[in-house]
Amino acid sequence: MAEIATKPKKEKIPRQAMPEQDPGDRVKNFDEVPCGYPPETAILEAKRCIQCKKPGCVEGCPVDVRIPEFILQIAAGNFLGAARTLKETNCLPAVCGRVCPQEDQCEKTCILGKKGEPVAIGRLERFAADYERDRGAVTIPAVAAPNGKKVAVIGAGPSGLTIAGDLVKLGYDVTVFEALHKAGGVLIYGIPEFRLPKAIVEAEVDYLKQLGVKVVTNAVVGRLKTIDDLFAEGFDAVYVAVGAGAPVFMDIPGENMSGIYSANEYLTRSNLMKAYRFPEYDTPIVRGKNVAVIGGGNVAMDSVRTALRLGAENAYIIYRRSEVEMPARKEEVHHAKEEGVQFLLLTNPVEYLGDKDGWVTGVKCIRMELGEPDASGRRSPVPVPGSEFVIDVDTVVVAVGTMANPIVPSTTPGLETNRKGYIITKGESGETSRRGVYAGGDIVTGSATVILAMGAGRKAAQAIHQALSGVTTE
Amino acid sequence: MSSIVSKENLSESVVRMDILAPEIARKRKAGQFVILKVNEQGERIPLTIVESDGEQGTITIIFQIVGKTTALMAALNAGDDIQDVQGPLGNPTEIENFGHVVCIGGGVGVGVIYPITKALKEAGNRVTSIIGARTKSLIILEEEMSAASNELIVATDDGSYGVHGFVSNVLQKLIDGGEKIDHVYAIGPVPMMKAIANLTRPYGIKTIVSLNAIMVDATGMCGACRVSVAGKTEFTCVDGPEFDGHQVDFDLLANRLRMYCEQEGQSYERHRCGSQGN
Ligand SMILES: Cc1cc2nc3c(=O)[nH]c(=O)nc-3n(C[C@H](O)[C@H](O)[C@H](O)COP(=O)(O)OP(=O)(O)OC[C@H]3O[C@@H](n4cnc5c(N)ncnc54)[C@H](O)[C@@H]3O)c2cc1C
Ligand SMILES: Cc1cc2nc3c(=O)[nH]c(=O)nc-3n(C[C@H](O)[C@H](O)[C@H](O)COP(=O)(O)OP(=O)(O)OC[C@H]3O[C@@H](n4cnc5c(N)ncnc54)[C@H](O)[C@@H]3O)c2cc1C
Ligand code: SF4
Ligand code: FES
Repeated sequence: MAEIATKPKKEKIPRQAMPEQDPGDRVKNFDEVPCGYPPETAILEAKRCIQCKKPGCVEGCPVDVRIPEFILQIAAGNFLGAARTLKETNCLPAVCGRVCPQEDQCEKTCILGKKGEPVAIGRLERFAADYERDRGAVTIPAVAAPNGKKVAVIGAGPSGLTIAGDLVKLGYDVTVFEALHKAGGVLIYGIPEFRLPKAIVEAEVDYLKQLGVKVVTNAVVGRLKTIDDLFAEGFDAVYVAVGAGAPVFMDIPGENMSGIYSANEYLTRSNLMKAYRFPEYDTPIVRGKNVAVIGGGNVAMDSVRTALRLGAENAYIIYRRSEVEMPARKEEVHHAKEEGVQFLLLTNPVEYLGDKDGWVTGVKCIRMELGEPDASGRRSPVPVPGSEFVIDVDTVVVAVGTMANPIVPSTTPGLETNRKGYIITKGESGETSRRGVYAGGDIVTGSATVILAMGAGRKAAQAIHQALSGVTTE
Repeated sequence: MSSIVSKENLSESVVRMDILAPEIARKRKAGQFVILKVNEQGERIPLTIVESDGEQGTITIIFQIVGKTTALMAALNAGDDIQDVQGPLGNPTEIENFGHVVCIGGGVGVGVIYPITKALKEAGNRVTSIIGARTKSLIILEEEMSAASNELIVATDDGSYGVHGFVSNVLQKLIDGGEKIDHVYAIGPVPMMKAIANLTRPYGIKTIVSLNAIMVDATGMCGACRVSVAGKTEFTCVDGPEFDGHQVDFDLLANRLRMYCEQEGQSYERHRCGSQGN
């Protein structure tokens, strides 16, 4: 491409590493692992961007962040400008810069990645957002005059928070109902402090409150009130963003023994309830010496790294396929390895063994080998007969997936769900089979990503605005 | 934030409180519970909604002081706030006219069974209630239970009041005496519920128990509260809290309730020393 040929010298700057806590230190604390770019490193990295006329990065971004524009602002030292550019399309840049799988999105399609290393877009995004927040430079944008219409959002995860922000700016009276005592969804109860400091999520929720969003915690919709009750109270539209929060167990013998957790429970105790600070905080958690985590996704990596920080001497990942098939982000696998996690790949648990008090003492596993590719294109694992062996453990965390929680669908007559219990929507608008009810995020797609949940919230905001005010944005 | 409207000690270790929670008060049905979190550092604990007053907007809870959180709550007074109150949670009791129903409450379980007893009587059942405790001073809600039942029998383990013996002995006598019993509700300590379920099983009397599994979110998100019923894993918070007593694996429940014994002890100890020392 022409622009590459005209600015060849810019490619010579290598992709800038982000400083990190040393693995030996960080397994002893819950502080964030990567420390962020200092300004001069951010400028250096930003200068690597060759400002493509047809930027590949933007195509890879589910919410069309104007990537070259914010990077150019960083390169010019205009960090606050960069933060504002980001926020025009992505209301949670400090979160996304940390947890988005950039290697599968913008950085995957970055032109520089074709020959060498892509621009570190995620690190730059994080840098700009942190810079703005750390300096207290977050400004509250002008909000449209109240238009007298009320929208209820169920669930304060990334999808619900995004739509709340978008609609309040358009003049809607927005109330978010959240089941737990704290807003944030998976960002607050699931993803650990060492990957996403809770202060960042709290700052984002505060920002929305300052914009005028009302957040009602401890409100389990379906129990305290139903969607029909909300309409009766005068809401004009409802957005369902309750996530895919129900844990999946494997249904193998012994799985209910003491010491065996779902990843949701283990992470909720540690993150939401701050059990890692017990007894300063009241909620206890088992600090196992030998901990096995079942699964190979991000949730499994978060659990196993939590186990190490809680003092595990041996922390295992037990995963039935090989490393290539592991759905976790490469960065997380890499961090887990650095920290000393032991990977038992092509291994599947078949039974738990326990002592007389019903406490787990061992996990009986079977070796697996990869067979033919399955529907998902991944080679499906098949057990090797007679290859069973036992690993001694005192704590197990089952991280093999989540599914839809039925509380809202089951209390909303006429709201159609699919076979797995996820809400069926019409295209990208998030419209459901019930008039005035929209849905998005994990409760529609099944477990996905923060940015996709946010994208769904943004699209539904446009659809609701269109339906209630007859206005098309964009 | 919910404020405490009134507080009363029912016995040396059992406290009754009315808490302002108007929406919950209007919506709750017999058999449902709330999750409370006292303060920022607090644990989330489940407590049954014993009664509610739609006009005043209050719910009543009755709890036994067994550890850090319940001790912390017992130290609060009218006018103080509880940071988080979430509910109503769990499935309401299925109230029908079964005929002759026996409601059995042990210890603080009497508080849990009281709203169910009341609802069953209102639905036209003939209700015989049996309430028990270790000793006389620990018997709670005798008057209320008496008013909510056609007949009330009180039992104490040490014989200091009412019938000398366990509530299960009283039930056995009723059965032996030829009483026709259509339905039994039993709520109390795990060994008591297990004993009642074992007792009624051979007679084929349907027995409903309410399980007190350890909970965190109480919305079906974590699985902390899982129990085994008829060989199937169920979540107490969303599938229960009431289950068919003849199908419950009580030993598993008892084991899981002991999961944090050591840490609970540590927490309680720390609390007691703190509140005496400072
Ligand atoms: C441990 C873990 C790590 C992850 N790591 C990553 C990562 O690194 N990168 C990434 O992109 N994605 C990651 N994900 C996935 C990502 O977090 C989810 O896809 C995303 O949070 C979905 O957003 P959501 O808004 O749809 O739902 P959620 O975040 O699940 O939020 C739903 C909210 O609704 C509330 N709710 C549920 N039922 C009710 C009700 N009846 N009434 C009121 N409120 C209700 C819940 O309490 C919750 O707060 C991870 C997930 C987990 C569990
Ligand atoms: C649906 C339900 C309704 C209940 N209703 C009542 C009630 O009306 N009155 C009453 O006195 N008690 C009730 N309980 C039990 C009550 O929740 C526990 O006694 C309380 O959590 C103890 O907290 P603690 O910090 O004081 O004691 P801890 O020292 O934490 O624990 C003492 C005991 O309580 C159990 N426990 C601890 N944490 C929890 C938890 N988060 N959830 C459940 N049990 C726990 C433990 O097994 C332990 O044996 C109910 C439990 C459930 C599940
Ligand atoms: S594709 Fe890469 S080099 Fe091109 S504009 Fe985007 S970030 Fe810059
Ligand atoms: S308490 Fe978490 S699922 Fe029941």
